[in-house]
Amino acid sequence: MNLTDQLSKFGVLGIGLAAFVLVVLAVLYVGNIVPHRPKSLTAGMVFLIPTLILVGIGLVVPAIRTTILSFGDRKGEGNVGFANYEWVFTDPEILSVVRNSAIWVILTPLLATAVGLVYATIIDRSPFEKLAKTLVFLPMAISFVGAAIIWKFVYDYKQIGNQIGLLNQIVVWIFGEGSAQHWLAVPFWNNLFLIVVMVWIQAGFATVVLSAAIKGVPSEITEAARLDGVNAWQMFWKVTIPSIRPAIVVVMVTMSIAALKLFDIVRTMTGGGDGTSVLAYEMYSQSFPGQQTGRGAALAVVLFILVIPIIIYQVRNLRQRKEVR
Amino acid sequence: MTIQKRLRLAGVASIGTCAALAISACGAPTEDNALSEEETDCATYEEFGDFTEERPSVSIYTPITDAEADSYEAAWAPFVECTGIQVLYEGSNEFEAQIEVRVSGGDAPDIAAFPQPGLMARYQDQMVPASPELEARATEGWSEDWLQYGSFDGELYAQPLSANLKSLVWYSPSYFAENGYEVPATWDDLIALSDTIAGGDMKPWCAGIDSGDATGWPVTDWVEDMLLRESGGDVYDQWVNHEIPFNDPQIVAAVDKAGSILKNEDYMNGGYGDVSSMTGVSFEEGGLPIASGDCAMHRQASFYSAQWPDTVTVGPDADVFAFHLPGNSADETPLLGGGEYVAAFRDAPEVDAFRQYLASPLFANARMKTGPWASAHSGADPANAVDPLMQMTVELFQDPEAEFRFDGSDLMPGDIGSKAFFEQMTDWIKGKSTKDALDAIENAWED
Repeated sequence: MNLTDQLSKFGVLGIGLAAFVLVVLAVLYVGNIVPHRPKSLTAGMVFLIPTLILVGIGLVVPAIRTTILSFGDRKGEGNVGFANYEWVFTDPEILSVVRNSAIWVILTPLLATAVGLVYATIIDRSPFEKLAKTLVFLPMAISFVGAAIIWKFVYDYKQIGNQIGLLNQIVVWIFGEGSAQHWLAVPFWNNLFLIVVMVWIQAGFATVVLSAAIKGVPSEITEAARLDGVNAWQMFWKVTIPSIRPAIVVVMVTMSIAALKLFDIVRTMTGGGDGTSVLAYEMYSQSFPGQQTGRGAALAVVLFILVIPIIIYQVRNLRQRKEVR
Repeated sequence: MTIQKRLRLAGVASIGTCAALAISACGAPTEDNALSEEETDCATYEEFGDFTEERPSVSIYTPITDAEADSYEAAWAPFVECTGIQVLYEGSNEFEAQIEVRVSGGDAPDIAAFPQPGLMARYQDQMVPASPELEARATEGWSEDWLQYGSFDGELYAQPLSANLKSLVWYSPSYFAENGYEVPATWDDLIALSDTIAGGDMKPWCAGIDSGDATGWPVTDWVEDMLLRESGGDVYDQWVNHEIPFNDPQIVAAVDKAGSILKNEDYMNGGYGDVSSMTGVSFEEGGLPIASGDCAMHRQASFYSAQWPDTVTVGPDADVFAFHLPGNSADETPLLGGGEYVAAFRDAPEVDAFRQYLASPLFANARMKTGPWASAHSGADPANAVDPLMQMTVELFQDPEAEFRFDGSDLMPGDIGSKAFFEQMTDWIKGKSTKDALDAIENAWED
């Protein structure tokens, strides 16, 4: 590989970039010369068609192909009927994977939203609000893999000798030598230790969104409530929560989807061992290291189907808000 | 990386000189890369053909990265320069997962180095069989034991690239000398020695089996080594090919034999705690207590030499070294090992020329000089190895009496070899019975 080879690579990159710019310019130009009547069908199509083509290539075709693969064998060939789906819903190991995903989807949004809500309420209008928000938002800036590595150190375990793990060092300080636990290998509970990582990352997002919503509660309502003589507890449950319900729903839905497709934390921290695998990780694990293309595709389809109701709920929720307005 | 860049620049410079001086003395790199004069002389490479006119390129995709990858590039730099074939090297730590994406996505590399023949078998239809010339070179260089894993339906597709030896026990020569212990020659000697050490104030063995999503693989290596010792290569082959069930009594015996050390509380786990502590120790850390004097022996492959900190010297009379995990009697040399296999996905003369070069003793000897590396090639001269461990490895591989078998878990289908086997052996260490663990793997292996 010499200089000319390197140059030719940059040449290809340059051609690609130029082509991209040309296509965008062409679309804008065509969009500009067609009749400018408002809501004109032609003008709409000019902008819609390129998007449809790209979504088709990038999303629809792979989705169809995955569905076909899910009826195939380990190489993704032939037709084995519903055997792969039967496996998903009968194999005890995969059922525990489905159970884990369910735990993730239920606990992550609840915990992260609760933490975010409490935090946002406490810091609301306090003098340290900005600093407090920055601190809780910081984990959002770290990648999932980075966060997982940090927490892997926190949970690190040595049976004897010096502990590297923060959690075990604390345990040893309190309960003495020999009380250290291999946190990531304790069946069932290790799932919760992983969820803590996700909550740690996501709580900042919840705080920021909910804090903005709390500030958006009309002061007439809060003043009226105060005149009626509510205490802080009633104010929170009877006034704040109902007023920011749409924001809570958005946060919960976003997090449910994130929890359903969670992959990085499990891959980095346990590799799916000791009963911690989740659907998205198992899909990868079956398709690639396990060389079971059919089963991996079936898991992908199941995951896809599970996301649909959440999306429908989200869309309906948005529509209702529009109608209210 | 620096070696790589230096060679690249040297390459560019010498191409210019080549054109100026016509053919005469061009090509010989002046770099000090430990290669002999013959190995850098272009006349040596004439047998692989001349491609200097068109300068075609061959891409190679491997699981080998960093310094090791640089050593490979340094070894074949004269080949690149003399034949005119450009070798585009790409190493990935995600090889096993990504090769599927590359091949099924229509972006297969020209050559891929598979560390798992079981995975390679999946791509038989896409692979280019060995040319008659390549087959002749391969049969000359490697024993039938090695070539069987690169052959499908009796036809050779891929030849070995490198070889690492798994049947090794790491120990401390200085500690052994102080206490008057001798390197055991038989299994019984090994157990007697373990009992002697356990009678003192030290646990004789240490191990770590944590390895992320591959946790448990060090145990599978133990089991494979034991099966090779208890039942021999034929039973081993039947087991790998699932001609006998995974819970066959012979496999049970092999697992229990591994358990006589791994699950023995008197033996395990020096420096780390009891038997269960193995799951919390990474395989990289597994043998380190040998250097700190907390453990006497650690069974791990030759590549473990890279794990020792800089303060520890590796050598037959130094801080740490390894001996061959003995067979049941002193005259048996069962060898468990691994390595990469060179598969081609493009049928072209330059690809074939490069594969032939990789199958030649010329490459094996050059590669041994550019970094720690071993080969089972009959033409590899152990004297060329960079350290005593690699030298011992090459000598053991070339021992005509040795019975070699490839790492079984790498030969089995992925969902068994890299999944069920790993997971069940991890559970077995945690206390699951041999029968329950093996039954579970057998149930997962559907035909």
